Amino acid sequence: MAFDYEQYLRPGKLPHIWCPGCGHGIVMKGLLRAIDTCGLEKNNTAIVSGIGCASRLPGYVDFNTLHTAHGRAAAFATGIKMAKPEMDVLVVGGDGDGVAIGGNHFIHACRRNIDMTYVLLNNYIYGMTGGQFSPCTPTWAKASTTPYGNPDPIFDVPKLAIGAGATFVARTTAFHATQIDKLIAAGLRHKGMAVIEVLDDCPTAYGRRNKFRSVVDMMKRLKEIAVPVKAAAHMTPEQLEGKVLTGILHQEERPEYCEQYQQVIARAQGA
Amino acid sequence: MAKKVALLQGNEACAYGALYAGCSFFGGYPITPSTEVAEVMSKELPKTGGKFIQMEDEIAAMASILGASLTGAKALTASSGPGISLKQELIGYACIAEIPCVIVNVMRGGPSTGMPTGPSQSDVMQAKWGTHGDHPAIALAPASCQEIFSETVRAFNLAEIYRMPVQVLLDEINGHMRERIEFPEPGDLEVVDRQQATVSPADYKPFDDSQGDIPPLASFGSEYRYHVTGLNKAADGFPTSKPELVDAEQRRQLRKIEANRAAIEKNEEYLIDDAEVIVVAYGTISRSARYAVDVLRKEGIKAGLFRPITLWPFPEQRMAELAGQAKAIVVPEMNLGQLILEVERVTRRVCPIEGIGRVDGEPITPAQIVAKVKEVL
Repeated sequence: MAFDYEQYLRPGKLPHIWCPGCGHGIVMKGLLRAIDTCGLEKNNTAIVSGIGCASRLPGYVDFNTLHTAHGRAAAFATGIKMAKPEMDVLVVGGDGDGVAIGGNHFIHACRRNIDMTYVLLNNYIYGMTGGQFSPCTPTWAKASTTPYGNPDPIFDVPKLAIGAGATFVARTTAFHATQIDKLIAAGLRHKGMAVIEVLDDCPTAYGRRNKFRSVVDMMKRLKEIAVPVKAAAHMTPEQLEGKVLTGILHQEERPEYCEQYQQVIARAQGA
Repeated sequence: MAKKVALLQGNEACAYGALYAGCSFFGGYPITPSTEVAEVMSKELPKTGGKFIQMEDEIAAMASILGASLTGAKALTASSGPGISLKQELIGYACIAEIPCVIVNVMRGGPSTGMPTGPSQSDVMQAKWGTHGDHPAIALAPASCQEIFSETVRAFNLAEIYRMPVQVLLDEINGHMRERIEFPEPGDLEVVDRQQATVSPADYKPFDDSQGDIPPLASFGSEYRYHVTGLNKAADGFPTSKPELVDAEQRRQLRKIEANRAAIEKNEEYLIDDAEVIVVAYGTISRSARYAVDVLRKEGIKAGLFRPITLWPFPEQRMAELAGQAKAIVVPEMNLGQLILEVERVTRRVCPIEGIGRVDGEPITPAQIVAKVKEVL
């Protein structure tokens, strides 16, 4: 039987703001399947976002939803989770929101290993403001503020998350739709900070400037660059040139932040 | 039974006042001269099962208390100058999304890094106009440690009643000054808890003004589910750009304060009835002013003190009345002329108004005030 998305969508809030061909809807559907798979309760789930196209996602879905200020989602989410650890807390947002203006909050949420699931939709660009380069825009790609090509190197989001201390880090793409929910579900089940990067496409603000003739071309690219982490183990550095690893890239057990704080409470109360 | 007494710094009294008010969450970031508030909260909150978190920066600290408040917690942060500047982004968020919280600003010299260990009252206008856009503001300026305790309690009450951020303005002097304080017993001071939603979850709208200007705020994680955004929104919490809805919402937010001035404003008047010269002073400097008034009275000069404890909303009506009886008004403040602008505005300058500004990191002395009063008379 087809999955019933409408049970999680707020009546009357569609159509969404995303452009035709944008992959954010694919990710939203994956997110809802993952939430369903894990049996999260609507009343007990908070979905927090910052600012940008991807950050509009919470408005469409029927949970406790918080559309915060640019980059601040992880910090708001930390407050929610600390104050009410029994809630399931998710963050969704884009690349500029998450690792540029929100970079400090992102790495510190990873460091604390607070139990939340952060789905970062990386479409390589600031879409909502019309296509300025982000920390994830490929070097020498075109953006509205890099008319001569982008001189900046990129952030590799999973490496950043792993380096900062996240205990579950995964990556997939909007092309690999059936993997999105599996990885988000694995992140939801993981105790601690889970980061799932979904490489996405922005035909309007990125594709047109960078010689993608169609959305199909952009999807083909996502398909071609993705290499499952297991397959990569058997590939040479030359074969991996220009590729990105997908799947669960890192998973470890480490004390979760709210549980650590319970020990603080126990110590303060003389236990 | 004798009350429990202690010798406390103002910053410590502030933290204990927050605990008395039922604060269960503190999100902070270290900054002089406010840090003792965080230190006391880090020690005391976990004893009560509350949560203390030191965030990665000032903005995150502000974000964390808003997240916590949405779950129903009474939430506090404390900072100073540069930190308060950083928090302005999310103070605005608290205003538009109408999230109760208390922000303590232990004012220090500025702008920028300024004088971290020097006292100041130069954030008075920032407390009203610091974040962008039109928005309501409540700011309280207690003078003594005992009053810092009780006004912090009142700040939480006002935040919950009016569903908005409330600032407590201390300064490096009264934040660090130690005084004897009597701890109120439970029940001695009024503690107001958040108004709870009573409609069915299906009918709940977080900004429904059909029952009044201050709709109840349900908690995340309860049976009420809703959307919160920093965009202009309709009654249901979802974004709107319909002109009539945006206009109504913005006006309602200001009306929360304008319609309730009498309940929010709080002043102290000292020897004011026959005063010919009125000293308008607040916070630490009101203590110099009170001393100066006593000195002047001994010399036969009819001086009085008007001390706004609520700086925002400014006590416009009472100030205007007092100006009608005065030959002159003197406004000493540790800045180069901030609250004096309000005094001038609301009194329409019916009498001479002179300021005493000091920004060298030293307090304004009674002698300075005495000299200025004699000069204006």
